[in-house]
Amino acid sequence: MKKLLILFVFAVLPAGAFASSEHGAKLDPVNIDLNDKASLQRGARIFVNYCLSCHSASYMRYNRMGHDLGISDELVKENLLFAADKVGDLMKAVMPKEDAKLWFGVAPPDLSLIARARKPAWVYTYLRSFYRDPESHSGWNNIVFPHVAMPHVLYEWQGDQRAVFKKDAHGVEEFAGFNLERPGSMSAKEYDAAMRDLTNFLVYLGEPAKLVRYQLGVYVLIFLAVFLIFAYLLKKEYWKDVH
Amino acid sequence: MSEEGVNPRRRRLLVITSGLGVVGAAFAATPFVLSMMPSARAKAAGAPVEVDIGKVEPGQLLTVEWRGKPVWILRRTPEMLKSLSEDTKFLADPKSAVDQQPNYAQNETRSIKPEYLVLVGICTHLGCSPAQRLQAGAASGLGDEWPGGFFCPCHGSKFDLAGRVFKNVPAPTNLVVPPYSYLSNTRIVIGVDQKGAA
Amino acid sequence: MQKLLAWIDDRFPLTKVWEEHLAKYYAPKNFNFWYYFGSLALLMLVMQIVTGIFLTMHYKPDTGLAFASVEYIMRDVDWGWLLRYMHSVGASFFFIVVYMHMFRALLYGSHRQPRELIWLIGMVIFVALMAEAFMGYLLPWGNMSYWGAQVIISLFDAIPLVGPTLSEWIRGDFVVSDATLNRFFAFHVIAVPLILAALVFVHIVALHKVGSNNPDGVEIKKKKGPDGIPLDGIPFHPYYTVKDIVGVAAFLMLFSAVIFFAPELGGWFLEPDNFTPANILQTPPEIVPLWYFTPFYSILRANTFAFFGVEAKLWGVIFMGLSIVFFFFLPWLDRSPVKSIRYRGWMYKTALAIFVVAFFVLGYLGTQPASGVKVVIAQLCTVLYFAFFVLMPWYTRIDKTKPVPERVTSK
Repeated sequence: MKKLLILFVFAVLPAGAFASSEHGAKLDPVNIDLNDKASLQRGARIFVNYCLSCHSASYMRYNRMGHDLGISDELVKENLLFAADKVGDLMKAVMPKEDAKLWFGVAPPDLSLIARARKPAWVYTYLRSFYRDPESHSGWNNIVFPHVAMPHVLYEWQGDQRAVFKKDAHGVEEFAGFNLERPGSMSAKEYDAAMRDLTNFLVYLGEPAKLVRYQLGVYVLIFLAVFLIFAYLLKKEYWKDVH
Repeated sequence: MSEEGVNPRRRRLLVITSGLGVVGAAFAATPFVLSMMPSARAKAAGAPVEVDIGKVEPGQLLTVEWRGKPVWILRRTPEMLKSLSEDTKFLADPKSAVDQQPNYAQNETRSIKPEYLVLVGICTHLGCSPAQRLQAGAASGLGDEWPGGFFCPCHGSKFDLAGRVFKNVPAPTNLVVPPYSYLSNTRIVIGVDQKGAA
Repeated sequence: MQKLLAWIDDRFPLTKVWEEHLAKYYAPKNFNFWYYFGSLALLMLVMQIVTGIFLTMHYKPDTGLAFASVEYIMRDVDWGWLLRYMHSVGASFFFIVVYMHMFRALLYGSHRQPRELIWLIGMVIFVALMAEAFMGYLLPWGNMSYWGAQVIISLFDAIPLVGPTLSEWIRGDFVVSDATLNRFFAFHVIAVPLILAALVFVHIVALHKVGSNNPDGVEIKKKKGPDGIPLDGIPFHPYYTVKDIVGVAAFLMLFSAVIFFAPELGGWFLEPDNFTPANILQTPPEIVPLWYFTPFYSILRANTFAFFGVEAKLWGVIFMGLSIVFFFFLPWLDRSPVKSIRYRGWMYKTALAIFVVAFFVLGYLGTQPASGVKVVIAQLCTVLYFAFFVLMPWYTRIDKTKPVPERVTSK
């Protein structure tokens, strides 16, 4: 019977069965730390200045973001409010959806939940895996998301890279790495750090409640543990009657 | 209940456990209760509204929306302002003693600058929006002595040009003056208190 | 106080109900771990109804608004995220609890005579719960919501003659659409919960008529003291109320741990694909139902060939239906003279162990792409799954049993 119980517990709680990466490219791990407010603020600035031109984050409000990241309403208004007039507004894209669809072929997806729909490691790797591809429409391609419609927006930072492919034993082309042809304004290290900030921010954007969830959970568990102890003592006390 | 007093340890544990249970239930109920408060969307929609009052002519009334309610901005003429000191005999609360306005608007004109009246256009009786009867005298249809003001069509409540309620009408109090402040001479913001006034 | 009680008792059997169902309901004194799950299932029903009511205040059953309204709950509504996670994690925990509760019956023969009706009502509750969960999963209008509903409703197409008309009738459209969302909302928030509450009430009434079984499978009512109280019985209140409170506290710790620290539970409780709005042009790479359906989903997919002139798809649907229908017949399939696994022989123990393993393997395979060796394993487990039921009359009859004691054994 004990064995069956163990079997149950193991079968019910095997987290991570879905954690394996998507078929294809290897994903680079990324250090997500939502307590790093400075990183989140830098990520927010990149997001609002670059991503929000075409992508929306239409489930998120500017003032909520400001409040969560420690940016005052005044600062949000001065520095981040390009596509809206009120700090309480949702983060819509600057570019109308129809125009974007005309230009890119597909409407750029809303990014509110991108870090939940894709994994953070995917986002981080994707942002760093654009390469020049003369055969594609935009002139860019991506190892993680082949034939993506989006051009490399941040190439001035990262520079131009070209993907190197090698044939493996079966003659199948395999991605072997990037070759930086023209350096950008940032070193590889700086660019990775910037993309880490952006990914960090996107993780926050996917679930703002994450900022309070863990801490609250600790209090709830402590309370329940105390309650459990007294409930157990009470039960013991009553069950003294039962022989 | 026969075990009461018989076993003090049991009784003590029972009290502690039930006490914790009640506290826990109260904690658990809190999110449910608070989820019914105005959401971020409602708060954003109810955010302060900026209004340009530079183009309002004397005697003209501008209506804007704030928190889903009509807010009137009336630029009063000197005659209108004069009527405010003459009509007090009709009024139930001429000194605005009842707390229906921010204290910076608790004066005879019920406003920051006498010329501009800012009022929530909702009758204090049962929530209708009163009609404008800004003209004084018989032309208003409210008798020769009418000083100009507002008339609620639902139940016949009357208010003067400062939103002060008449005697012997159903509405109990003066119309509400919302919190507002001047950003410049021609711009006001409704929903934000005048700086320096609590 | 006494007067008030008397006044009520003249008009409503308050004291009588209290005594019959709590203070003087005598339950066997040897309940173990597995007997927590009945009260926990009730707790989860209440939890889902209460959180559901508050979510309904903000949710919008409209294909254009549904997805956004869920995110509105997650972000704009004060504490909305907690209500939503309580509900979504609660659904999975409800199924964990119900599966444990059902497994308890298989262990100790709780479904056997004289408790067949309790079991049948319980099975109807289980089916209603599956319908409730399935329809609830459409409501967030994520891409997996949409395609999951599309696939499952298409199963009805396999039914000869009426199939296609039936599935159109269920959807109210030719594809899953606004009409489907709206009616699923109606069923999910009011119709099925009402049925569930009524069935749970009947389930408990039937239980209290015959009395609870216990880990020894001994009828405690056969041995009564001079006062007419079963010798092995103790009043449900206070003994099992205080004990169940301990169970509830421990359970809530597990439940909270998941809500606060892993509400998605690595994709098992909230699937990543459901964080993308429904897209009628893009099927997710793998359509995976939530874990509590995957054993049955595996059985559905396991059959890959046509036989007796019936196509494979229809057989899949038939097998999936049978995999649940067989449960209904358990009280009559089991021919053993004893109820509890404690006094059964090796055959039933082995059969049950194989069944549990097959159930979990099927459950796991249901989350995986069906290809190659996985299909064969799923087929094998499907056979084992059905063998447990089909062979039961045989192996339970010839199985060697141990003598059952007169009284329950000590805890």
